[in-house]
Order: sequence, then C-alpha cells, then structure tokens
Amino acid sequence: MQTRREILSGSASVAAMLAATGLLPRLAHAQNVPGYKASAFESKSIADAMAALGVAMPSESTDIRVTAPDIAENGAVVPVGAATSLAGVKSILILVEKNPNVLAAMFDVSDAVEADFSTRVKMGQSSNVFAVALMGDGRSLFAQKDVKVTLGGCGG
Amino acid sequence: MADPMRIRAQAADGKATVRVLMSHEMETGQRKDAAGNTIPAWHIQQVSARWNGATVMNAQWGPAVAKNPYLQFAVKGAKAGDKISITWLDNRGDNRTDEAVVS
Amino acid sequence: MKRIPVAGLLVTAMACALAQQKFGADGIAEYRKMLEDGNPSDLFEARGEELWKKKRGPKNASLEQCDLGKGPGVVKGAFVELPRYFADTKKVQDLESRLLTCMETLQGFDAAEIAKTPFGVGEQVSIEGLVAYVSAESRGSRFNLPQAHADEQKMYELGKRAFFYRAGPYDFSCASCHGEAGKRIRMQELPKLTSDPGDGVGFAAWPAYRLSSGEMWGMQRRLNDCYRQQRFPFPGYGSDVTIALGVYMGVNAKGAQSIAPAIKR
Repeated sequence: MQTRREILSGSASVAAMLAATGLLPRLAHAQNVPGYKASAFESKSIADAMAALGVAMPSESTDIRVTAPDIAENGAVVPVGAATSLAGVKSILILVEKNPNVLAAMFDVSDAVEADFSTRVKMGQSSNVFAVALMGDGRSLFAQKDVKVTLGGCGG
Repeated sequence: MADPMRIRAQAADGKATVRVLMSHEMETGQRKDAAGNTIPAWHIQQVSARWNGATVMNAQWGPAVAKNPYLQFAVKGAKAGDKISITWLDNRGDNRTDEAVVS
Repeated sequence: MKRIPVAGLLVTAMACALAQQKFGADGIAEYRKMLEDGNPSDLFEARGEELWKKKRGPKNASLEQCDLGKGPGVVKGAFVELPRYFADTKKVQDLESRLLTCMETLQGFDAAEIAKTPFGVGEQVSIEGLVAYVSAESRGSRFNLPQAHADEQKMYELGKRAFFYRAGPYDFSCASCHGEAGKRIRMQELPKLTSDPGDGVGFAAWPAYRLSSGEMWGMQRRLNDCYRQQRFPFPGYGSDVTIALGVYMGVNAKGAQSIAPAIKR
C-alpha cells in the first residue's frame, strides 16, 4: 500500500503534468458532475425537492430515525444521521427545511451498505431537519427533528 | 490536487464502520466577498465508495454539507484486511480517491 | 367538577416540552460530544507531518532537525513544555515563534515576512498544519513548562501583568473575561485562566479547529482574536507580550492534560 507521502507526491506530479499541458479544467467555470440532480439540490422547499426527484411527498414513519442535536452551537457544522432498518430502501435523503436549498445530501443504498448515514450539514437558522427514505416500492417515509441553531452557519 | 482524506474502517458485528474526513471548502455560493461579489459555489457533488473494488455506495451532495465534510456509513460483511476506497468529485472537475484497509 | 386553570395547564405543558429538549449547557455538551469523532484537525495534522518532513524553502531542507526544546527533531512531548527559553536565540519562545526560527535557520524562509503575513495566507497556512502536528504529538500529556531560567520567570511575570492590563475603548483586560470562574458570553463558557482551569480547557485546548469558520487556530491566532474582541490594536505575531501570556497561562495550567489539536465552535 502506498504511504500517504507517496500518494501525495504521485498525484502532485500528475497534476503538475496536466497543468503544463493546459488540460486541467479552468477553475472559473463550474460544471456539474454528470448525472448530478441539480434541480433537486436547488429546490427551495421539501415539496419542490420531492417533485424534482419524481417521488411522492413523504409520510411520517416511526421506522425512520433522524439523529441530530437539540441545539447546535454553530450552524456551520451540525451532525445529522438518517437511518432505517426497513428492507427495500433505495435512497436516504437529508433535508433542512429552512435552508436556501433544502436538500443537503442523498445516499443510494445498495445491499452491501446499511441504510444508515451520518454527516454534517450547514444550517442557516433553527429549522426542522428531515430524514427521508425512498423505498423500492415507491413509498417515501420521513422522520423530523427540530434543531435550534445559536449562530447561523451560512454566512461569513 | 486536493488534500488526502482521512479514512478509518473498523470491522465489528459482521460489518465495517467507515468514517471519512474530507478536505474541501464546500462553498455554498450564497456568500459575498468584501467587494460584494458572490463567491461561486464550489462543493463536492458526488461521493462513492468501493469495497474490494466493487462499488457499494453512491451519494450526491449539495452545498449544504459542512466544510471539511465528515461521513460515516457501514459496509455489511466487510472484514479486517478488506479494502475500502472513497472517491469524491466536485463541481470544478476536481476529484480525490483514497483507500484504507479495514482493521 | 374542579376546573384546572388554563394558565396552570400552559405552564405544565411548557415544562414537559422543555424537559424533553435540552437547552443550555446540556444541549451544548451533547452537540460537542456528537462532533468528537471526526475532528477536522486530523486533516491539518496530516498536512503538518508532511511539512515537517518535506524539504522546502531556499535551503531545500526539512524541519526534522528543528529543536522544539527537547533536542533537535524531538517532537513528542515538546508542545506541553512550550513556551520555554532557548539558548540559541537567547529568548523565551512559544511554538509558533520557534517554528519561525527553524523555518528561517534550517529552510531559509524569511521569518519576519511570515510574521507579517495575514492568517490563512501563504506560509501562515503551513504554520496551521505544523502547530496541529506538533501539538498532536503531545496529546494527552500534561503541561509542564520549565521555570528554571530567569527569563522564563520574567516572562511569567510579564504575562501576568499583561493579563490584568486594562486598556482600549472598553477598558478590557484578559481578566475581564477570564479572571473569574463561572463567567460566560451567551453560550460560551469562559474559563478562569489565573489558575489551572482543568484538563483540556483554556490553554490546554489550543490549537483547535474552529467549526464556525472551518479554520485551524494556533495560540498566536487565538490571542490575536482576543485582542480584536477587546478592541486593542493587534499584537505583533510572535511578540514578547503574546509569548509572555502563553507562559503565564501555561505555567498556571501545570498538570492539566492537553487535548490539542481540539475542536471548537
């Protein structure tokens, strides 16, 4: 296995080579990764996000677990977990209701991984946080938690 | 080239819990600089994980995921000695792949 | 039938609601606990270790011969004995100023230039990684700053005076916030720094990764921001007063366990 140093020096020299040939993409122009569900990630409401993903509005379910602190010291970093032990899950979503763009993350679930993901999100203000499970049979289910934010996390 | 991720993978109870720390600005595109210009969005859009070479997880992220993102998930059936590799792609065409051995 | 007063009902309902949600210190403690696993400082530690070992600068040399107080190249345990007196520079130095000395003498960088560079720019970014790495190599150890040398004792006294020195438009001193136990600003507890505030608190909690800005702050940057909050002019980077404050706080924290690099709001 390569040491961290070897990996770094290897990638640095590849990058240097690419930079010399002008083949590295210019930083100024942003381009979405192919297949990126941009309209879903730009949705301003839960309803819009669900519509953009082509799924039904979710119904509340005690089989879905959302983990988040009651109060976040800083909205810039809020730990959130979304999980379910139901079988037949296609995707797990994390949404922050009052964020300028409500959909934070979307995880595709394969048979090889548990439908249980934890990450950290930015919250602009105190808001409900939603964990949504999109099921293979077309159902969508959610759980929510109210998270208070003492300092909004989207600004400078 | 972006900084390496820190990946830890531990096997227990028939699965490997994978914890990843990625180095990325995750700029939302909501902020303005001192001159009043919007700082363009620059964030990871796709994350994927492979277990001994086979893709087991794909995720799409919006800009609301926190700076220097943390991710935790579990690979069913993975055991000590297996390889877990994580790749991320951002909206500037940058990417990073790092690997760890399950302990 | 006895009717329950509406006001009484409301109070009970609110009490139930509040009991289910944690606010104040408990809530913050839970939030911090959820972030313990996965400290972005790890990313800076990795960068710092790389920078320590990499040949850089006009002299194309690594920092592996840098003496942080326990001998050339000895990193383990060095952090919890800083600031201390160094015979080669004849000065009491903290971690950042000692790193500048090494970057200049070993690697050929211009220390004065780096001291003038704003935080988060140029070689100041390298310092972020280096302080994370060096402090990580002492994580869990207890502070034991030497006070044998006359200059070390002098700096302690200077630090104490600086700590209590009131000035600026609000007449603040360090002691205004950190001179008494039990003080807080909004949701932030302010540790008392005139004596040992405990393991992993105050001096023992920096360098730290600040979640609010996603930045790695060493003690020099932490002090710089304290002075900003006191509406003082910014102190010189690595100046005597900042090092003296480090000696004062560090000696007061003798025996406290370092958790650096930590994670902070």
